[in-house]
Amino acid sequence: MLKDLFRKPKYVTVHADTVRKDIPEGLWQKCPTCNEILYSKELEKTMKTCGKCGYHFRMGARERINATIDEGSFSELDADLVSANPLGFADYPVKIAKSQEATKLKDAIVTGEAVIDGKPVVIGVMDAGFVMGSMGSVVGEKVTRAVEKAIAKGVPLIIFSASGGARMQEGIISLMQMAKTCGALAKLNEARLLYISVLTDPTTGGVTASFATMGDIIVAEPGALIGFTGQRVIEQTIRQKLPEGFQTSEFLLDHGFIDMVVPRMQMKNTLAALLDLHTNGGTDNV
Amino acid sequence: MSSQLLDFEKPLIELEAKIEELKKFSKEKGIDLADEIKTLQTKSETLKKNIYGNLTPWQRISIARHPERPGVLDYIKMLFEGFMEMHGDRYYGDDPALVGGIARFNGQPVTVIGHVKGKNTKENLARNFGMPHPEGNRKALRLMEQAEKFGRPVFSFVDTPGAYCGIGAEERGQAQTIAASLTRMMTLRVPVIPTIIGEGGSGGALAIAVGDYILMLENAVYSISTPETFASILLKDSTKAQEVAGVMKMTARDLEGFGVIDEIIAEPLGGAHKNAPEMARTLGKSLQKALNSIKKLPPEKMLEKRYEKFRGIGQLISG
Repeated sequence: MLKDLFRKPKYVTVHADTVRKDIPEGLWQKCPTCNEILYSKELEKTMKTCGKCGYHFRMGARERINATIDEGSFSELDADLVSANPLGFADYPVKIAKSQEATKLKDAIVTGEAVIDGKPVVIGVMDAGFVMGSMGSVVGEKVTRAVEKAIAKGVPLIIFSASGGARMQEGIISLMQMAKTCGALAKLNEARLLYISVLTDPTTGGVTASFATMGDIIVAEPGALIGFTGQRVIEQTIRQKLPEGFQTSEFLLDHGFIDMVVPRMQMKNTLAALLDLHTNGGTDNV
Repeated sequence: MSSQLLDFEKPLIELEAKIEELKKFSKEKGIDLADEIKTLQTKSETLKKNIYGNLTPWQRISIARHPERPGVLDYIKMLFEGFMEMHGDRYYGDDPALVGGIARFNGQPVTVIGHVKGKNTKENLARNFGMPHPEGNRKALRLMEQAEKFGRPVFSFVDTPGAYCGIGAEERGQAQTIAASLTRMMTLRVPVIPTIIGEGGSGGALAIAVGDYILMLENAVYSISTPETFASILLKDSTKAQEVAGVMKMTARDLEGFGVIDEIIAEPLGGAHKNAPEMARTLGKSLQKALNSIKKLPPEKMLEKRYEKFRGIGQLISG
């Protein structure tokens, strides 16, 4: 009996990665900021934002596309692209397979041609549920091809970022995707075509340090985490607590790095208005 | 001989000490030990080749991080004439972790930029361990655009564990400065020749490493992050850095295989720090050769090739 008192309690490890935390499931959802209990059907209507406090739940790539473009206008590009395993990292293919099953995606971005409010665009939408939305060969290649498609068609490019950064499991190859995507965007600049970058929760690391911050216009969803280095790493490095609201959309707006913070419910209208000011991808004004 | 020894060099150093001892003994006592000394010297040569010829990735990292390893300031002294340092990003400050300026390379005016690590703790604190703030990247980009204006080739020297992470760095747009450099360097209408001389870590390294022809010293490393960060992210244990160093494929040989770098520059036996002047001579020749071949290309062709180099990197299964 006495011995039992001093025994170390045993804990069971529950693997979190089998459940997608970012996709609300079940009939009811609790808002993580205001604790409001939200009816799932209502959440669909509000595009996964809390009706009480405006909190934005994370959104998968397919849902996001549906919420953003004109119905039925999507034709996907490079849907079958899958990454190799350049480092021969043992767990990597397993991790990819798990993510593929959980998200029904091939990798962390879906790209395609679409129409928004009657205007043709090339759109790319990242999914934070796929290996943290990290950028390896596939994301780098698909972003690059999306840029090339926009140039070929002479239409604007819109990319929704949601990413933990460059994908560690592909090592240096992932790092090089930063240069590759930026190189493609340099060509888009030469073609004088509009690129709207939309930053959603979270946008960090190598994606922030490449195509995500190179938009002609940079828009962010409210309350999104946006930065270069993850907060845990910064805290460990500088050994101090980070200020309230550090690396949020609003913080970036204050510091001059984004043009506007736009709630999800108004995103499509905002994009439509911006596209309207850039006829033929912006080339008509030149 | 360098004063700071690496663990794996110990057997060699011990053997060399023994040889010295024997020589001294033989001289003092007037005993002929020539045969014994010769045997040991042969053994030492074999050992040297064995150790330095079969360096593990982690051993190369130790060489790449060696405090006496020549850095950009050393190469500036040994390879460039009349270097004039330029300061500041014109927005906020001057970053001592990244230096830049104008000099002559074999007579031709060029722009030189590079990360600076310290050779001791005091210098390292002053140089922030070679980790640039946004100001450093902005200064580098400013100097590169200036080089373009005046038609000067750009030589960059990469030696950083990564871009600095901290509150100020985030507030002043660390990520955005890197992205801006990557994008702009792709269209810079002058030859850009980066060399990875020590550690090439993450976006901080890449921010000055987009170019036409990328050189890398034999024992330098170049990777998505330091092995410590890599281990901390993927294995949740930063002490496993040695283990992951091999997995990360960050050596010059690995990167040449990936097509990430174009040429490996041989180092003196045991590393660049064992003979810095020899290292500089070898590097200087390759830099001149690279510059000559890029200068032959019309600017449009040069830029197309630069883009294609990076455009082609990626490992995909279908599509």
